[in-house]
Amino acid sequence: MSNMELLEIKNLNKKYDKKYVLKDVDLKITSGKIIGLLGKNGAGKTTLIKLINDLLTPTSGEIFVKGNNIGVESKKVISYLPERTYLNKQMKVSEVIDYFKDFYENFDDNKAKKLLKDLDLDINQNLSKMSKGMQEKVQLVLVMSRKADLYILDEPLGGVDPATRDYILDTILSNFNENASVIISTHLISDIERILDEVIFIDKGKIVLQSDTDELRTKENASIDEIFRRMFKC
Amino acid sequence: MDFTFDNNIPIYIQLLEYLKIYLISGVFKCGEKLPSVRDFANTFKVNPNTMQKALAELESMNLIYTERTNGKYVTKDEKLIEKLKDEYAITLAKSYFQGMKRIGLGKADSIKYLEGINE
Repeated sequence: MSNMELLEIKNLNKKYDKKYVLKDVDLKITSGKIIGLLGKNGAGKTTLIKLINDLLTPTSGEIFVKGNNIGVESKKVISYLPERTYLNKQMKVSEVIDYFKDFYENFDDNKAKKLLKDLDLDINQNLSKMSKGMQEKVQLVLVMSRKADLYILDEPLGGVDPATRDYILDTILSNFNENASVIISTHLISDIERILDEVIFIDKGKIVLQSDTDELRTKENASIDEIFRRMFKC
Repeated sequence: MDFTFDNNIPIYIQLLEYLKIYLISGVFKCGEKLPSVRDFANTFKVNPNTMQKALAELESMNLIYTERTNGKYVTKDEKLIEKLKDEYAITLAKSYFQGMKRIGLGKADSIKYLEGINE
């Protein structure tokens, strides 16, 4: 499967009533990359991510993961961190771990426990007793502890303090391997751009740019954050 | 140690600078085996692909070499490292003189200032 795309999107459209939220999206993503999906609020990031995860149905167009249409097989190889938590907050962390272990064949509970320990999180604690930052760390650990081909993290840095952001970035980096890719959607570009191989700019439902991060910095002689601001000045 | 990166400059170029200083200052000596890409990436807290790119650049300058199955080593050619040090020192010196020129001081005056500094 040397030159097969990990993710390929062809002419994807998503429309609510008469309004397009995604328009003519074409995208190819290969293995071994950390990719930033960057766009303002309402640009279409979450819609695109939900379509890839089979949580929404396209109006038209196709999505392939490792050559197959979205479905049962693609769900096995994609590990998804949603923007909002879907975990039952009355559960203890250890119970959530058991739940993940039952649900996903490729979930490594020993890895999850180790990562949680590294982050000083107590697995006997109820999620409801944890701060927002702690809960986000738990969620990220669960998602990164699946042995997947594609990790999709929707706004993993939203609402956490800068120190926690660094923790989250380090966790992503140290668990990243060359056989998988990670897509991270965010509008907090300056916090995250140092770890990205590639960036995808999305605006008003359209992909406006896909580029290697360092090449773009060289070409524009600026940071990704700066380039983004220039391009989408309000 | 915490490494800081300027988002305005390609990360691999900044890594290359750190690595050059490691070689010049002898953190890694001639012929010494280097840590793996993965270990380097963990130390600098950067993407392993970016680390790989910086190391490939260093290799294209013949400052390090790859032994097929064993990993990467610092060049055995001490002259190359000496040359690197010399070039680096010249760059630093030039930037000092440029700074002094901007405030109206010539080379001779600039050197006087240098001599007046006690380390």
